[in-house]
Amino acid sequence: MSDESVPTPGTDEFVKGLWRENPVFVQVLGMCPALAVSNTARNALAMGLATLFVLVGSNLVVSSLRHFVPRQVRIATYILVIATFVTVVDYAIQAISLDLHKALGAFISLIVVNCLILGRAEAFASRNHVGTALLDALGMGTGFVLALLSLGAVREILGSGSLFGVPLFHEGFQGWVVMILPAGGFFTLAGWLLLFNWLRERRATRLAALEPVGATGGGR
Amino acid sequence: MSHAPTGTLEIRTSPHVLSGYSVDTIMFNVVLALLPASAFAVWAFGWTALLTLATAVAACLATERVAGRLSGGGSTLADGSAAIAGLLYGLTLPPGLPLWMVAVGGVFGLGVGKALFGGLGMNPFNPALVGRAFVQAAFPVPMTTWVPAFAPERFAALPPSTLTPPFTAPVYDAVTGATPLALWKFERVTVSASDAAMGFIAGSTGETCAVLILLGGAYLVARNMMSWRIPVAIFASVALLSGALHALGPDVCPPPLFMLFSGGLALGAVFMATDMVSSPMTGRACVAYGVVIGVLTVVIRVWGGLPEGVMYAILFGNALTPHLDRWLQPRVYGTRAEAGS
Amino acid sequence: MSAAPPGEQPRVWPMYRAMVGVGLMCGLLIVGVFQWTGPRIARNRAEALERAIFQVLPAARSSTTFRLVDGERFEPRGEGDAADSLVHAGYDAEGELVGLALEGRGMGYQDVIHVLFGYAFADETVVGIRVLESRETPGLGDRIETDPGFLANFDALDVRLDESGSALAHAIEPVKPGEKTEAWQVDGITGATISSVAIANILDQSAAFWIPRIRARLDDFRGAQP
Repeated sequence: MSDESVPTPGTDEFVKGLWRENPVFVQVLGMCPALAVSNTARNALAMGLATLFVLVGSNLVVSSLRHFVPRQVRIATYILVIATFVTVVDYAIQAISLDLHKALGAFISLIVVNCLILGRAEAFASRNHVGTALLDALGMGTGFVLALLSLGAVREILGSGSLFGVPLFHEGFQGWVVMILPAGGFFTLAGWLLLFNWLRERRATRLAALEPVGATGGGR
Repeated sequence: MSHAPTGTLEIRTSPHVLSGYSVDTIMFNVVLALLPASAFAVWAFGWTALLTLATAVAACLATERVAGRLSGGGSTLADGSAAIAGLLYGLTLPPGLPLWMVAVGGVFGLGVGKALFGGLGMNPFNPALVGRAFVQAAFPVPMTTWVPAFAPERFAALPPSTLTPPFTAPVYDAVTGATPLALWKFERVTVSASDAAMGFIAGSTGETCAVLILLGGAYLVARNMMSWRIPVAIFASVALLSGALHALGPDVCPPPLFMLFSGGLALGAVFMATDMVSSPMTGRACVAYGVVIGVLTVVIRVWGGLPEGVMYAILFGNALTPHLDRWLQPRVYGTRAEAGS
Repeated sequence: MSAAPPGEQPRVWPMYRAMVGVGLMCGLLIVGVFQWTGPRIARNRAEALERAIFQVLPAARSSTTFRLVDGERFEPRGEGDAADSLVHAGYDAEGELVGLALEGRGMGYQDVIHVLFGYAFADETVVGIRVLESRETPGLGDRIETDPGFLANFDALDVRLDESGSALAHAIEPVKPGEKTEAWQVDGITGATISSVAIANILDQSAAFWIPRIRARLDDFRGAQP
């Protein structure tokens, strides 16, 4: 629980969550909501924003309490804080739209057990200043939103021929039913993971080709 | 096999005697064995069946070629396995299915079901069935709409659904038939077993004439190119289980002969379940594998929500294959039974 | 947690302080949010229910929820009453009873289907249906919610009682698509046989339970106009 982390430029804490350490496509965390409620772009966006809110809230509280909470009870405290923010989100969504609450179902409550949130609290917020923790949460949360949105968009376009409920195709479009079903979530996720790994591998080979032999690997 | 480009280890149970058959000889004979059933399909359903089969084969060959190029290997088209997967896949589809859906399934089956696992010899599931399962899940309505067999104008015109433009829902004629299994499932009507065996019924392109499929299977068994244990175990377990259930009451389960000759059971048992890559190797494991598929087929048909279950039963059997091979290893020669494991 | 290093006893007071402090803070936050959103959530719920009721009872302009007491009487539902055995009475602009919205549930293809349907008491027909909850296959089974031909079954579905008044004159029966000849039959959907048959059976069970009880106590509803 020291503050001895290497000082890094503030923007990097934000940017790393978007691409390099994207929670879904690189760390493969939070699979349960990513697969279960990404059947439409609207559900995916709502779930992503709810997670973003919980992540920012819990990271802020955990970071500001990091000198106050003893090691032995830290996990219990984190869970308490996370569960509180999840309950807040649950009420907020019910107040905004009951239909949305029905569509997301039990997965709102299940944000509590999203490894991403506990992971950021334990691995990052409890060791860093409030400001850095906020940037980290915003970056990771935005990365999660973008990932869910890209899953949801593919599934909704193929499955129902629409995006955010707006029809994209002519009358008589044949939806790919499997894309709305859970199996479609796995297929879409696999497709995105394939793309991400292919891009990263290509980049790594290019960098390796550029760097002179023996140089220390500082490139990312 | 010494020139296998991937350098994989050949793992078979002893004795390791070369049969003299290479992959392409076997594949050529499988095509030969499938020809009667395919020809019958074209005769029964007309040009639309021919187009379906051709599209399925073309989609699979194209996918195999592209996958081969992407993975840096040479062309693997010559061994004929992709063409067979395409032909088998085409035979499981309902005639009149829009050709663009046929192509989607072919690309998925070969691409995801085979190429991603490493190509020939690596696929845990039968690629033809993977393709069909995907199309079934993606387009359930077209996959369960059946053109009647022996329509009078089948060689004069195509059903309007066949040439549906890509990404568009097909429009069907008013005249569509129900398969015998669907008739039984939803209305408790049984078609005579002889009609089902001879293929005078609605159904997928290749599954209607059970007799010709069995003939093809008998040819392969006679040439020692197919394990006879698997189809025999499937047929026996289906016959026994459906016979027992039928004895409980005709409403519980249709008669065994009807179960044997209807739907995709013959095609699945003879040509799909026996796929060399995704089926077990040892004799006892083959029998167990066949029994699992047969029992699951009856269970899905009788108690499941869908009228037909052969495809899912075989895919499940495929998933069990490595475990069956492990559990049911033959006794190592020269050891006692207790020490044989 | 790992044990404290030898010679250093874990201090208990900071742990209590942290847990109780954080707990208090979280509790306050939740209570605050609940106070703030509670009325709005209750209003959303009531609006959603009214929308559903008015959809299945197109003639209704206002509604009151009743509950079944002792299996025979109906009383307006009070605050905090159990949420089962409820019927929703709909009234027109003049406050006259036009019908009741009844609930039914039963097994569909994937999971339990929960429906609300409108019973117009003057001509003894079902006049509308709405699926409240279902997990039927998208594109197939979920056509029970969207298929216009199927929903037309419930524009005027005959649910008259027989002479004794204790059972339906004709049970609601599912028939094959396009073979509906009588006003109490329900046309199925091609390709969604199981789901459409399930709806017909759910309706039959629910109607056979509720309608005799309701017709025996029509005055319970008339006496309680909003």
